[in-house]
Amino acid sequence: MSTTALITTEGAVPAPAPVGNGRAGRVTWRTIRYALAIIGVIVVLIPVYVLLITSFKAPGDASPTRAWALPENWTLDNWKGAWSALWPSMLRSFEIVIPSAIISSVLGSLNGFVLSRWSFRGANIVFACILFGMFIPYQAVMIPLSQLVTNMHIPNGVPSLILLHVVFGIPITTLIMRNYYVTVPHELVEAARVDGAGMLRTYWSVILPISIPSFVVVLIWQFTNAWNDFLFAVFFSSSANGPVTLALNNLANGSVLQDYGVSMAGALLASFPPLLVYIILGKYFVGGLMSGSVKG
Amino acid sequence: MKGIRRVGPPLLLLAPSIILMAVFVYGLIAANFATSITDNHTAAQATGQKPSVVVWFDNYVELLKTDDFQHSLWNLILFTVVFLAGAMIMGFIWAWILERPSKGEGIFRSIYLFPMAVSFVASGVVWRWLLNSNVDDKASGLNRLFQIVGLDWLQNPWWNHITFGIAAIAIPAIWQLSGYVMALFLAGFRGIPDELREAARMDGATEWQLYRHVLFPQLAPIALSALVIIGHMSLKSFDLIMSISTAANYQTKVPAIDMFLLKNSWDYANSAAVGTVLLVIVAVIIIPYLWWTNRKEDSR
Repeated sequence: MSTTALITTEGAVPAPAPVGNGRAGRVTWRTIRYALAIIGVIVVLIPVYVLLITSFKAPGDASPTRAWALPENWTLDNWKGAWSALWPSMLRSFEIVIPSAIISSVLGSLNGFVLSRWSFRGANIVFACILFGMFIPYQAVMIPLSQLVTNMHIPNGVPSLILLHVVFGIPITTLIMRNYYVTVPHELVEAARVDGAGMLRTYWSVILPISIPSFVVVLIWQFTNAWNDFLFAVFFSSSANGPVTLALNNLANGSVLQDYGVSMAGALLASFPPLLVYIILGKYFVGGLMSGSVKG
Repeated sequence: MKGIRRVGPPLLLLAPSIILMAVFVYGLIAANFATSITDNHTAAQATGQKPSVVVWFDNYVELLKTDDFQHSLWNLILFTVVFLAGAMIMGFIWAWILERPSKGEGIFRSIYLFPMAVSFVASGVVWRWLLNSNVDDKASGLNRLFQIVGLDWLQNPWWNHITFGIAAIAIPAIWQLSGYVMALFLAGFRGIPDELREAARMDGATEWQLYRHVLFPQLAPIALSALVIIGHMSLKSFDLIMSISTAANYQTKVPAIDMFLLKNSWDYANSAAVGTVLLVIVAVIIIPYLWWTNRKEDSR
């Protein structure tokens, strides 16, 4: 894949040295670039500003004329309300997301190893068939999927969502892992083979120990994706047993009278875990992005 | 015998994933198609209490004839065009700005990319407020901001506009995914060897000629990848529309929403048919793309 060709797990390719034609021209260009960059930052951060100020406003403070102003009296009531409305569903989100991220990463790692470094005739076709699963609109399988999950007697909520995130996570985890293992020198695997190591032995003692960066990328990717999922949540859970995205949507769109203070505090709360991951492990997050991966 | 010993173990290791994909992707696509060609339109049939009869492509023909579904398809096209154009342009501009190394580049990049980490549901909460359709005295959100900065004439009903409302929902989608397009283009820029630029400059190329004849052709494959990836996401859009508008809103309806509504009203046959239509649209784009990238990789 051409996008996948870009993946460097480090995420950073050395930048080209600055070149320019003449000093004056360089300075104006630089000014224009910086101005544009700062405008971009303002545009991107407008929704964040709104979320923050509204989440600290008391209900009476929310009149349209003061829509963009800072709160008159800062209050934590919205945050408390959002916390009590969302906390149980956030716990369920963790219960769903952690096991499904781990299981699908392990499967992806095994697949990626076989498809790249213990290959066989037709491996490319198998890979393409697995990859196609990443692109299908899930709407095209949703009806029989719900029937299948019911017939298998898997309860709605956490158990069925774990299953679905594992299954539909396989294509992307396989892709990321395979692209990482392609960069592993052939000689390493060949040396193990010459020493008489079998497939599993080679995987265990040669491949797995050097897989940590790719595991971080895949785990983060699956964690964020599953945490942010809404489609499967709508079809396979209810507000009583569903993840935080569903609870947030009910909180924001459930009542006739919109309480924007609470829902915006809730939106921030629900975004906190993936944002934390992004801030701390941003480099690996970008690594997952660049492997041609997609959201939703 | 030797062939089996070579192919056997790797296939065995792949077996769990192959079986899961075979059942959950290909098996279910077939089952979905099978449902879509029956007259399974009632709850009794959906739950198996009454039999369904095969009616072949009647559901598809009926569906494509209704104004309702045509409207959904039109909305999908409009949404996709606005979303793709917006995200590609924004993403390219940002990549172009950050292409040369400069102070604070890393911070700019992180800020542009951060919306990717947030769910559509969470961003939908704030965008629903920003895209509030009230104007003048009652205006809040962006309409109020337009008043504050003296651009009153820009006030508009956003997603409540009956024909172009769906285009307003593309704005948050652009906000969320431009950073991703930027990251792709940025990697593309960095992948172009310095010698190429130098050689062009030595030949006396102007800045525009450099872009037109050297950089753009080098970036074309990246642009295609970005288009395909966000394009197929756009075709599947569901979360954002559900959280900003509601499922029942005619002006923001797309096929993914229709599928959801039809399933909820127990019309499994039509719901499955909508799913298949979406699959066909996506497959028409994705399969040639996968084929093309595979060939390119082989030839390397």
